[in-house]
Amino acid sequence: MSDDHDDSAIAAQVRDLEAVLEEKGLLDPRELDQVLEAFAAKSSPANGFRVVARAWTDDGFRTRLLDDANEALPELGLSMGGGLQPQVLHVVENTADVHNVVVCTLCSCYPLSLLGPSPTWYKSPAYRSKVVSHPREVLEQFGLTLPESTRIEVWDANAESRYMVLPRRPDGTQELTEAELAGLVTRNGLIGTAAV
Amino acid sequence: MSERYRTGDRVRTSTVDPDHHTRLPHYARGHVGTVVGSDGVHPLADLSAQGIQQPQQVYLVRFTARELFGHGDHSVTLSLWEDYLSDE
Repeated sequence: MSDDHDDSAIAAQVRDLEAVLEEKGLLDPRELDQVLEAFAAKSSPANGFRVVARAWTDDGFRTRLLDDANEALPELGLSMGGGLQPQVLHVVENTADVHNVVVCTLCSCYPLSLLGPSPTWYKSPAYRSKVVSHPREVLEQFGLTLPESTRIEVWDANAESRYMVLPRRPDGTQELTEAELAGLVTRNGLIGTAAV
Repeated sequence: MSERYRTGDRVRTSTVDPDHHTRLPHYARGHVGTVVGSDGVHPLADLSAQGIQQPQQVYLVRFTARELFGHGDHSVTLSLWEDYLSDE
């Protein structure tokens, strides 16, 4: 029943639970709104862009990020918590030989705190089903044509972990500052459906 | 918690289609993959969906596209609880 991960039943359950907690005076509805608003205000793809730019300019950070992203993020004042339950993040690095792309085939798991709300296509059944079986074709639909020699690695965020791609630093960017480099990165680059 | 499998071990995924929630997708059932790392210890999703907390080792398991779909030269990596796996 792995396809039955629709959130409508759980959403109704959560609404009921909220109502009971409010009724019993255990929860102030404003409290919940504040937590959610604070989380939404802090979650933006700009966070992911900063992480990538730092990894491109600081080899030590890059190594720590790939080794244990949750440990490395606080160096930039970031975390995978943001008021909600922290999640494990794996950062996967694109190289000359390997291109990574992320999907959640069962639902739409996504590193919200680093990438902001996910794009609509990420949640579409078409992307979720096709990128695991035909990634090269899907990437071409995004305008990304990879050399035949590049191996594609698909990461299915089917359980507890979340993924972010570390794109390759574009050639000819040696002179750019960290902030300028961050400006080159796109949200799709962090999912793997763009080169950068 | 002791880990039953180590990096490099070949494992086969369960073919069972349970009537409850699971995090083993259809496309990855009944296939042989290679453990490429540990993904920590987490409550087994099949049971936590039923209100039972049973932490268990999760593995990163990589499959070739040829094994999963019969075609393609890419690979797919999933996080799989120990319960989903058996020796090849």
